[in-house]
Amino acid sequence: ARHSITLSTSKMAGADGDDSLYPIAVLIDELRNEDVQLRLNSIKKLSTIALALGVERTRTELLPFLTDTIYDEDEVLLALAEQLGNFTMLVGGPEYVHCLLPPLESLATVEETVVRDKAVESLRKISQEHSPVDLEVHFEPLVKRLASGDWFTSRTSACGLFSVCYPRVSSTVKAEIRQHFRTLCSDDTPMVRRAAASKLGEFAKVLELDYVKSDIISLFTALASDEQDSVRLLAVEACVSIATLLPQEDLETLVMPTLRQAAEDKSWRVRYMVADKFSELQKAVGPEITKNDLVPAFQNLLKDCEAEVRAAAANKVKEFCENLPEDSREQIIMTHILPCVKELVSDTNQHVKSALASVIMGLSTILGKDNTVEHLLPLFLAQLKDECPEVRLNIISNLDCVNEVIGIRQLSQSLLPAIVELAEDAKWRVRLAIIEYMPLLAGQLGVEFFDEKLNTLCMAWLIDHVYAIREAATCNLMKLVEKFGAEWAQNTIVPKVLGMANDPNYLHRMTTLFCINALSEACGQDITTKQMLPVVLKMSNDQVANVRFNVAKSLQKIGPVLDSNALQSEVKPVLEKLATDTDMDVKYFAQEAISGKLVFPPPAAETSLYVRFYRSGKPDDHAVFLSSSTVLSLIAFVVHADVLL
Amino acid sequence: MAGVSGGNDFQWCFSQVKGAIDEDVAEDFGGYVASLELVVGSDRVPDVTVLRPSDIISTVEFNYSGELLATGDKGGRVVIFQHEQESKNRPQLRGEYNVYSTFQSHEPEFDYLKSLEIEEKINKIRWLPQQNSAHFLLSTNDKTIKLWKISERDKRAEGYNLKDEEGRLRDPFRISSLRVPVLMPMDLMVEASPRRIFANAHTYHINSISVNSDHETYLSADDLRINLWHLEITDRSFNIVDIKPANMEELTEVITAAECHPHQCNVFVYSSSKGTIRLCDMRAAALCDRHSKFFEEPEDPSSRSFFSEIISSISDVKFSHSGRYMMTRDYLSVKVWDLNMENRPVETYQVHEYLRSKLCSLYENDCIFDKFECCWNGSDSAIMTGSYNNFFRMFDRNTRRDITLEASRESSKPRATLKPRKVSTGGKRKKDEISVDSLDFNKKILHTAWHPKENVIAVAATNNLYIFQDKIN
Repeated sequence: ARHSITLSTSKMAGADGDDSLYPIAVLIDELRNEDVQLRLNSIKKLSTIALALGVERTRTELLPFLTDTIYDEDEVLLALAEQLGNFTMLVGGPEYVHCLLPPLESLATVEETVVRDKAVESLRKISQEHSPVDLEVHFEPLVKRLASGDWFTSRTSACGLFSVCYPRVSSTVKAEIRQHFRTLCSDDTPMVRRAAASKLGEFAKVLELDYVKSDIISLFTALASDEQDSVRLLAVEACVSIATLLPQEDLETLVMPTLRQAAEDKSWRVRYMVADKFSELQKAVGPEITKNDLVPAFQNLLKDCEAEVRAAAANKVKEFCENLPEDSREQIIMTHILPCVKELVSDTNQHVKSALASVIMGLSTILGKDNTVEHLLPLFLAQLKDECPEVRLNIISNLDCVNEVIGIRQLSQSLLPAIVELAEDAKWRVRLAIIEYMPLLAGQLGVEFFDEKLNTLCMAWLIDHVYAIREAATCNLMKLVEKFGAEWAQNTIVPKVLGMANDPNYLHRMTTLFCINALSEACGQDITTKQMLPVVLKMSNDQVANVRFNVAKSLQKIGPVLDSNALQSEVKPVLEKLATDTDMDVKYFAQEAISGKLVFPPPAAETSLYVRFYRSGKPDDHAVFLSSSTVLSLIAFVVHADVLL
Repeated sequence: MAGVSGGNDFQWCFSQVKGAIDEDVAEDFGGYVASLELVVGSDRVPDVTVLRPSDIISTVEFNYSGELLATGDKGGRVVIFQHEQESKNRPQLRGEYNVYSTFQSHEPEFDYLKSLEIEEKINKIRWLPQQNSAHFLLSTNDKTIKLWKISERDKRAEGYNLKDEEGRLRDPFRISSLRVPVLMPMDLMVEASPRRIFANAHTYHINSISVNSDHETYLSADDLRINLWHLEITDRSFNIVDIKPANMEELTEVITAAECHPHQCNVFVYSSSKGTIRLCDMRAAALCDRHSKFFEEPEDPSSRSFFSEIISSISDVKFSHSGRYMMTRDYLSVKVWDLNMENRPVETYQVHEYLRSKLCSLYENDCIFDKFECCWNGSDSAIMTGSYNNFFRMFDRNTRRDITLEASRESSKPRATLKPRKVSTGGKRKKDEISVDSLDFNKKILHTAWHPKENVIAVAATNNLYIFQDKIN
């Protein structure tokens, strides 16, 4: 950073010479500045450099330089790989787009996956800008080079490029490409086989159907029975794409044996993948195979010995049931799926139970009122009593689905104890989670039920010993008022909130102020002026300074809601008194409230100062620098510098 | 006597010694020992700068091709040696290993939450399979694992716009044309850069790291837990084994070593302080608390003693390159197990059985807790492990012959053949034999490595690294 600042200063002092090249010169030099941030900045403005150099010099000088700049930090290489994907016009248009291949080729061999992937993405992008001839003369040889490279990094990158050039080359080249892909599918290193397996579906899509049947299926079968489970599990993903491509009559012979094998694989990770992709698989193979094959497979996954697999399958229960063919949906669910679901409700693993709890309510819309009451309701009730809070929370957070079908009243008897228990859970994060569902619950249960059963809970949270809970409780009150209206607030919660102003604990007194801050707007001018304001003003005499300066803050906050009369006659004198308080902080906030705005509103110039210095990679140093007024004079100069760069 | 190797008779000869060599000390054996004791026995910094504790080598590891050899030391440094091409002048010498790169891998740290000092000592180094022209290795101390990249650079950019060749600033207003930097050849520079830091996952001391054959994961083991990491993800790892009892007073055993199978990505083993080895299959379940195989040799009741449990603790476990066998090292022996036979090892080799009568004094000076490592040769036909007095042992699995060699400065003359050593166990000491009582227990060889393809071995003797190679008769 120092380097460019010095130069910028000299520039300011300088004469009127032609300086149009200067900013570009700085950018070029900073391409290899020691500071990563500066290099990164230059790379991100590579198009500016290229524009200044012109297409000819970009091709002959800049690109060769960039081709060898692969020693840099990942973030710089990543930015470079991304930039080059948009460089076609800067090297002279599609006619010259192949000039971008060498730098991207070297980026496609680095060890960092994100950089390689970005290079491949850019290569895929510019492949579209190659003419069919250029594609065969320049692009396809690059793919071949990568595919037969010594290091597996280049071979993995090649896997992502086959599908973009295949549709646009001659049939001889097509045959070569298929051969290369075949070779990579049986590569020695698992890294390459994984890359090939993950691109198998994509490659299948661009292949002629005959080749899909002859080539892809055999590769798919081989990868799906690879010795490494990390390869096999990727074949499951390919299975979805391949099944979509094939006509229904071929699925049974070409895809299903492999899929059945995957669903029963020895490795739980493969079975997990099947469970995770189940909805996609279901759509890809169609209703008949679903009925005959996938239903039993799904049952097995729901009963799998590994909890991770059961949890993944449990997550899919609703989606799977939804997508079942309509004619037999209810029957399949009732006879095949529901028994498994019932077992999962009392699973030994809490992740499984909570995965199920997050979707199980969705079944009620599919099964309708009677079935829900008869079969699902007992499960919901059991889950509401589950020992694991997450399970109960997941049920409560999805109440809306049941509400639509059977009305929430059916559940409310069990709901209440569950809510109360969560509200008093020893873990504050659990309490926090249930508070967040309160406005939703209130909406569904209605105001009467709420007043009767839940209001006390909401008030109790205001005096929780954890600040985060008290804070969430204030926010909750605001949302309740928004839902139930100001009148309800005036009758039920405002008196209780204001009552806490006399609490011996100053933290509770402060909670009153926080509540007032949150509620004033929702309650409106009348309640705020008549009921809340007197309490706030009275608290300005509190013996604890923290309360007093929060009074100042509150007054500032509720000011806009009050009428101007009260502001002048009541608020102003109190603030003026607080502004002479013995406590420094009280004074500060009172003055701030009087002036009605931030002491140091950030001017635009400072923003750019910050941005400018952030690039030096040490934002903290300069954050301090920023707030110091002695450097204000520097701002003009820095802004200037920033325009330059 | 014939060397230990698959069939071919050869002798081991000295090739190189690395590390601080003080000529005087090399001559004067006694002086060397004295300085060593000085360091081990007291906090005083010795006047003779022969041996600093930070120089003590704590791990040795060849990479997959054998072209590079890495050592880690107590001072947190990693030194990488590269195999030089054979020289034309001295054709009888195979290429030597010369320093390729040296870097500080770990620094001493302090855990403020637990008030614990974290030593910088490198416990283990493991190379990753080569993926591009750069080399990668994992190094670990007690708590933190780091992934290092070692790469070469031989080009340098030249030409600035804002300054001239001498580095003088140019007048920024007189820039009439832009210069794009050009890359020019320069002297080869080897850079080591930290790529990933895997921290905060181990409560206890990390004793092993092992790269999985899937090339994307590795495991790390501490006294009670084994974690599985993805090489590209540093902010989370999966705990796959946890033997910590709910109540620490019920603790009866700890994990001493762990290793991934060389070919089957789902299989790993871990050894325990009770002398048992568990083999786990990661396919079976996400948590591997339940093993799928349990290797244990029934104890011989006749040899049972107060020290039985201590000396049966396994200090190292290594799969053979073929993946069919594994080898374990306990205090007195090396055992080779067939993965298909759990109830006893297929081969047992005594390393220094003569110490059995000395266990009491070895217990008193803590030597009984020394963690000797062991290694296979490239073809799995021979194994090597260390002992005391700078002795190391080799066993030929086919002929069942064994040999004791010494890493010493006395024989450190180029191409000097290593003479087999013998420790006298009986009452009468023959010529050339050394008596058990005169063994130096401060000179121990804990770490050794065998070139994956050739008969080249690296032996760490305190602060020196000896490299020996075969001399074909």
